[in-house]
Amino acid sequence: MTALHLQNFSVFRGPCDVLRNINLQVGAGECVGLLGPNGAGKTTLLRGALGLMASKGQSSIAALPLAARAQHVAWLPQAREIAWPVKVETLVALGRLPHLGVGQKPGPLDQAAIDSAIARMRLQGLRGRIATQLSGGEQARVLIARALAQATPVLMVDEPAAGLDPAYQIALMQTLTAEARAGRTVIASMHDLGLAARFCTRLVVLSQGEVVADGPPAQVLTPDVLARVFHIRAYVDHGIHGPIIQPLDVME
Amino acid sequence: MARGLGAGLVGMVMALFAVSLLVGPAGLPPLQALTALVRGDALAETLVMREIRLPRAMLAVLVGAALGLAGAAMQGYLRNPLAEPGLIGVSGSAALGAVLALQTGLAAVHILALPFAALAGAVLAVLLILALAGPRGGSITLILAGIAVSALAGALTSLVLNLSPNPFAASEIVFWMMGSLADRSMTHVILAAPFIVAGALVLLALGRSFDALTLGEDAAASMGVSLVRVRVMLVLGVASMVGAATAVAGAIGFVGLVVPHILRPLVGARPSALLPASALGGAVLVLMADIAVRVILPTRDLKLGVLTALVGAPLFLHLIYKTRAQGL
Amino acid sequence: MLQATAHLTGRFTLALRRASRVIGAALALWAGAAAAGPPERVVSINLCTDQLAMMLAGPGQLVSISRISHDPNMSVMLEQALSYPINHGQAEEVFRLNPDLVLAGQFTSPYTVALLRQLGVNVVTLPVVNTLDAIPDAILQVGLLLGQQDNANALVSEFRAGLAQLRTQRDTRPRAALHYANNYTTGANSLAHDILNAAGFANIAAEEGISGGGHLALERLVMLMPDLVISGQPYPGASRAEEVLTHPAMTALRDQHAAQALSDADWVCGTPAVLRAIAQLSQLHEGG
Repeated sequence: MTALHLQNFSVFRGPCDVLRNINLQVGAGECVGLLGPNGAGKTTLLRGALGLMASKGQSSIAALPLAARAQHVAWLPQAREIAWPVKVETLVALGRLPHLGVGQKPGPLDQAAIDSAIARMRLQGLRGRIATQLSGGEQARVLIARALAQATPVLMVDEPAAGLDPAYQIALMQTLTAEARAGRTVIASMHDLGLAARFCTRLVVLSQGEVVADGPPAQVLTPDVLARVFHIRAYVDHGIHGPIIQPLDVME
Repeated sequence: MARGLGAGLVGMVMALFAVSLLVGPAGLPPLQALTALVRGDALAETLVMREIRLPRAMLAVLVGAALGLAGAAMQGYLRNPLAEPGLIGVSGSAALGAVLALQTGLAAVHILALPFAALAGAVLAVLLILALAGPRGGSITLILAGIAVSALAGALTSLVLNLSPNPFAASEIVFWMMGSLADRSMTHVILAAPFIVAGALVLLALGRSFDALTLGEDAAASMGVSLVRVRVMLVLGVASMVGAATAVAGAIGFVGLVVPHILRPLVGARPSALLPASALGGAVLVLMADIAVRVILPTRDLKLGVLTALVGAPLFLHLIYKTRAQGL
Repeated sequence: MLQATAHLTGRFTLALRRASRVIGAALALWAGAAAAGPPERVVSINLCTDQLAMMLAGPGQLVSISRISHDPNMSVMLEQALSYPINHGQAEEVFRLNPDLVLAGQFTSPYTVALLRQLGVNVVTLPVVNTLDAIPDAILQVGLLLGQQDNANALVSEFRAGLAQLRTQRDTRPRAALHYANNYTTGANSLAHDILNAAGFANIAAEEGISGGGHLALERLVMLMPDLVISGQPYPGASRAEEVLTHPAMTALRDQHAAQALSDADWVCGTPAVLRAIAQLSQLHEGG
């Protein structure tokens, strides 16, 4: 089954186009890393595909009715907003809202999804804490847990690793790949090429509103793409640890 | 809402409602008062209980619930604890609408002209505030927009009242700006109740959306919340409740600020649970204020807004200080 | 309106203190004016002095009266008043009329009075009349000021005869309540109280210990079960203050127990017009 299908997909902001004629098909079980320099249109692609921005062309997700969309895809925006001092478990439980009818209380299935999400993000010890009083990294994990609790076939996340310490970055990527291995689809925009190369099954590189590279990490992260798109030189190795990429310096 | 809290608030509303029925310059002994209310045999006592005190107590509940719920809803939508109908000029604009309906004679032509005019004033103010403050309702723009809308509405209200041929109208600027339930009648209850109940149903239905909005507009939208629908329902619900409450009781400030602030920790800060709790809490606060004005100055019409502001203004300052510390 | 204005501005104490100081000065000025012959350009800036001046002045002697005398709700002599130009009681406009005598009331803005005096205008402030017995004095005082003593004496005898005729002994004394906007009422030591008594009614506000003007809560008023409710007449335009006059409790009281009457312009000023108010009330007494 196709998790996301974009066809001739464009997003305009005022007279300028931010995304031009994107064609992208993502299937179940894929963990897609969306790469690109600042302003390449990563967030725009995700939000546009979700139907959160006006767009032209086809997006299989945006075409869904609102309620069905919420059961098909969970979205974690880049802005980590927690408006009220709610408990961690209350916040994670918000992920179940799309599955509950009006006035319906969370049932055992919902509770299981919440518990599992809390466990996957290793938040058991913080369950009863007030979310707004946690550190930035902890808040990030709580918000990811909320998206996991939504238990949707597709998970779209905007820079989920930002602000996490190395251990949690790796733990997060492991959680996301585990989701993908379980048959779900993960699409994550990222800046860390190392994490992307190591954990994603597929990388899509955006530059100036267009897809300039798409494929397995080893095929995408070539010196040419790194130079053209990111203006960097990097050390790339394909050894026993899988693909390793370490940016070295900026090209003039 | 936690069951204990709900029961406690309902109990307080009922107890204060009873006290409100028993307090007044007529000096009726409680038993005699209640007998007159229920049986209606003695003319004077019955008139006092049924036509003067009962509508007053009922209006305190309705107006309080309207202001508390409207405050909690505005805050839930804008994700800002400073969003309060009185502070951001919604009440003031509703008062302007009501005053215009009264002074142009429109209110005398049709009974519904008064509440609808107040509602229209409130709708304009809410739209203006939402447009000025933006979707995230940043504190500074919100408060600045509120000051501007309040000042404009207040000035126009004063102007209309000063232009009135009625010699008493000009002195009623205070009533429209501070609010009072003195000598209201069942007519006012009948006028306001349908709007307040309808508005309450609309706003209570938004609880889930406000919960989702805790995570921001984008996350809420991705969780099945139609932001356009929420916005339209919020505007109509708040305007309906605040408009009707202001049309009969004037602009009573700070209720929508104080009540959600006190109750938020008690409901675990969940916006959906805060809505019904704030409606009950608003009723409690306005009943208390209305009993207090009668105890402090029994024969004069001390304005309710005086008391709510005495409680609310220091809290408002505290909240501003807190949001500033958070760098919002 | 006099009561209303006094109530609204609430400058009782200030005005009273000033009034006692001012009366002495007024008497001195008045003696001087009398020596120099009657004033030729009289301006009145108070509703009640308007009425006395219109009753007593010779042709052409009264140049201007206050704006409020053209208000049909307030003026007892509307037709006559309409033939006079009006002023708004502001020092500048009064000064420009070049008056040799200005008649003001006790509650006229002290700033206006002081300013006019500074400009050398002869201003006399007349005390508020709050008993029937003080009406002849007021008539005589204005008569003296205008140099129209004969007119004043005639008016006084007419008034005394009229009052004596109306003041008859009655067996019953029904209880009446005066109910104005904002639940304002007047108790003992007020003209309205005297009017009620002269017509054979007891004043409920006086029972409650109110002296002069005061507020009687709607609840208290209902509990006192008056036999007659005399309401202030509504003004044009809307006001919340006047809503109490038609409050359902008052309507029910009037429907089920009390007779009703309106207090009109005849009640406002201490002039012979009060005789009409007494006569109307007396009819109610006899009818009820």
